Amino acid sequence: MKTECPVCGAEIGLAKDAVQGELIECADCGTELEVVSVNPPKVQEAPQEEEDWGE
Amino acid sequence: MKIGLIHSLIRKDEKFLIDEFKAIKGVELKMIDDREITFNLGKDKFDLDIVVERCINHSRALHGLKLFESAGVKCVNTYNVATICGDKLLTSCALAENNVPQPEVRVAFTEESALQAIEEMGYPVVLKPAVGSWGRLLSKVNDRDAAEAILEHKTVLGSYHHSIFYIQKYVEKKGKDIRSFVIGDKCIAAIYRTSPHWITNTARGGVATKCEVTEELNDISVRAAKAVGGGIVAIDVFESAQGLMINEVNYTMEYKNSITTTGVNIPKKMVEYVLQVAEGRK
Repeated sequence: MKTECPVCGAEIGLAKDAVQGELIECADCGTELEVVSVNPPKVQEAPQEEEDWGE
Repeated sequence: MKIGLIHSLIRKDEKFLIDEFKAIKGVELKMIDDREITFNLGKDKFDLDIVVERCINHSRALHGLKLFESAGVKCVNTYNVATICGDKLLTSCALAENNVPQPEVRVAFTEESALQAIEEMGYPVVLKPAVGSWGRLLSKVNDRDAAEAILEHKTVLGSYHHSIFYIQKYVEKKGKDIRSFVIGDKCIAAIYRTSPHWITNTARGGVATKCEVTEELNDISVRAAKAVGGGIVAIDVFESAQGLMINEVNYTMEYKNSITTTGVNIPKKMVEYVLQVAEGRK
């Protein structure tokens, strides 16, 4: 369950209970990533905040 | 029991909620990504007992709820609650109609009338977009020069909804306010949000500490929740010289930093409430 950070190339290990859409952080560069696929594991940079994001 | 959870990004808040749903026997959780779903008006038949809304975009939450309810699916929160809470002006109207204390609020539609309202209120005031979250684009206006500049900027640079001027009297809160969590007819937990900045949102760096739920806090929080239609809401409360007053009510509440702080398993209580609504017990 490993992939790599699209920003810094560090190895990213997904947790066993990871779900599609989950936000995680690259431990090396701190980039916020979105899990776009669990199997096979794939991540991409998380979307930027939009004007109507919030509670 | 088939439960739909409409979402986009899965934050820690949603992850906690998913874990709690999965811990309940007999619950089948269907994840609905708002970036993928399409609706077919008048023809949709959803095999769901209830939908729980956890979108990060207000616009998707609002319209998704309307579309699910139109298709006959119960939702938590309801479209009505999202409509009111998603708009500070509507929230203030609901609070006023139900005699729930809040800071003085005035609304104006032009630069000139807004400036006149501000001058009558006295400084400082806070100008807020009626629709917005996480403390974005809030302006604390300390004098007439600032008022004129901000009103002009909002008029010229803002989209049309920034020209509905929502003006709230600034409340001196001594560096902190209260965030209370209401589920159904009870305030289940509360935190203080402390910040050296006048904006205390945790999304903007406010630090959470435990706040005891007093009878007074429970009472005003539940009254505010009921004023906007009830359900699962998080309420921002000021401790003013005149007593507690309601600042805002949030309908897709964020609680990930408040579980350990309060010692209350907030997502578990949310799940219990959702099941009660789905079964018609609430």
